[in-house]
Amino acid sequence: MALDAADLGPATSLTCRECGESYELGPRYACEQCFGPLEIAYDFTGVTRASIEAGPRNIWRYRGLLPVPSNVQDTPNTEPGFTRLVRADHLAESLGMQRLWVKDDSGNPTHSFKDRVVAVALAAARELGFKVLACPSTGNLANAVAAAAARAGIRSAVFVPSDLEAQKIITTAVYGGTFVTVRGNYDDVNRLASEIAGEQEDWAFVNVNVRPYYAEGSKTLGYEIAEQLGWRLPDQIVVPVASGSQLTKIDKAFQELIRLGLVEDRPYKVFGAQATGCSPVAAAFKNGHDVVRPVKPDTIAKSLAIGNPADGPYVLDVVRRTGGAVEDVTDAEVVEGIRLLAGTEGIFAETAGGVTVGCLRKLVASGALDPEAETVIINSGDGLKTLDAVAPVARPSAEIAPTLEDFRASGLA
Amino acid sequence: MSTVSVRIPTILRTYTGGESEVKAEGATLREVITDLDANYSGIAARILDDSGKIRRFVNVYVGEEDVRFADGLDTPTPAGTQISIIPAVAGG
Ligand SMILES: Cc1ncc(COP(=O)(O)O)c(C=O)c1O
Repeated sequence: MALDAADLGPATSLTCRECGESYELGPRYACEQCFGPLEIAYDFTGVTRASIEAGPRNIWRYRGLLPVPSNVQDTPNTEPGFTRLVRADHLAESLGMQRLWVKDDSGNPTHSFKDRVVAVALAAARELGFKVLACPSTGNLANAVAAAAARAGIRSAVFVPSDLEAQKIITTAVYGGTFVTVRGNYDDVNRLASEIAGEQEDWAFVNVNVRPYYAEGSKTLGYEIAEQLGWRLPDQIVVPVASGSQLTKIDKAFQELIRLGLVEDRPYKVFGAQATGCSPVAAAFKNGHDVVRPVKPDTIAKSLAIGNPADGPYVLDVVRRTGGAVEDVTDAEVVEGIRLLAGTEGIFAETAGGVTVGCLRKLVASGALDPEAETVIINSGDGLKTLDAVAPVARPSAEIAPTLEDFRASGLA
Repeated sequence: MSTVSVRIPTILRTYTGGESEVKAEGATLREVITDLDANYSGIAARILDDSGKIRRFVNVYVGEEDVRFADGLDTPTPAGTQISIIPAVAGG
């Protein structure tokens, strides 16, 4: 693959997160020595609050901190990001908290945070000479890849478990790319995608062979939270965990902002949230293990149903370093979490958001999370994609004839 | 001795002269890796760490099953089994 004059902005090389081995920028993703994940190394120059604030109201305002070409704004992409940071006083009150915000990423083009990672992966993949945008997915990534490829005018190839939510199947298929359902769980789909990536050299599997670039997209969540709080880090943040990539990259963003002097250097705590039916990272945290033992997922929170989380060990590192924790909640608590957020703040989250709110509640109750400290939680996806989860409990108050008598008789006045 | 087929990830193909799939012998995964190393010297040290365990960012599948759900390096590898060696990947 030709990539001689690749312009990947401030990115300078790839470094193994495990053993420190360094590689040239290119379509690599795992260390040849130890299979460790490769991370982007940078030379940041000229990034200031003012230069960021002068940028567009999407993730490209942070392009000076991302592995993307300097002219990234000139090529079609989905331009996600700069989603709202909502002050959540009613939710806070119902949990006995003081200062709570929801970073509502359901406002992205395909209604999840995955548009961020895909936008960065697409920009890098084009620059690296890939022809097809591909992924294995638990659902949201499929939506984001299919949409971004459509907008970029390239082919997409998306692989998902065949038992995915109907809404996620439809909202992926509508974009018209190659779309394959696989009889297996996400970890099976992942293995298949890795094998296909080894055969199809010009396919960019965003989270497999373009992983180092993809993963950096989640940093923008951290940058936005800090900027929207007035260039300040929150005291505490609660993040849903599937592979753990989002959580570790939010921490990376906070660390970079501190290092660049863009925010004050003060401690913050990072908390992870999982569904009990797929909670290998929470189990490792609670048992004091460094190794994350894979599980076979069984939960309604399908977007988080990754039984073998690649970044699990790094999630443990981040939460332990910052004094946070990883919590998990049952499917019933997930549904309760969705209803609580909807009923207190008018935000309809998908199951991943229900997991996050449920874990927030549990962490406050157990005292792990300080109810007086400034807290941000991530709502990473839209409830319209997981309607079945709440359909049995979200019902009309009554059905009546169109008469005043019937309304009066219903007792709802 | 049972003969099995091993799929080689891109980053290990320098050891197999570019081959993406090779044959190996062995009744367990451990024996298969030892046999692989006899033919493609150095490959075992990429898959296993210094203490002889599977590296934490490598996933090895015997058939469709992640060996961490089976018996790890002692997982049986009957004749004709398909083995895959795959680096861990990010979320989806
Ligand atoms: C809505 C939603 N939230 C959170 C996640 C977790 O992301 P990660 O794999 O980076 O931990 C996913 C992953 O698929 C998701 O779809």
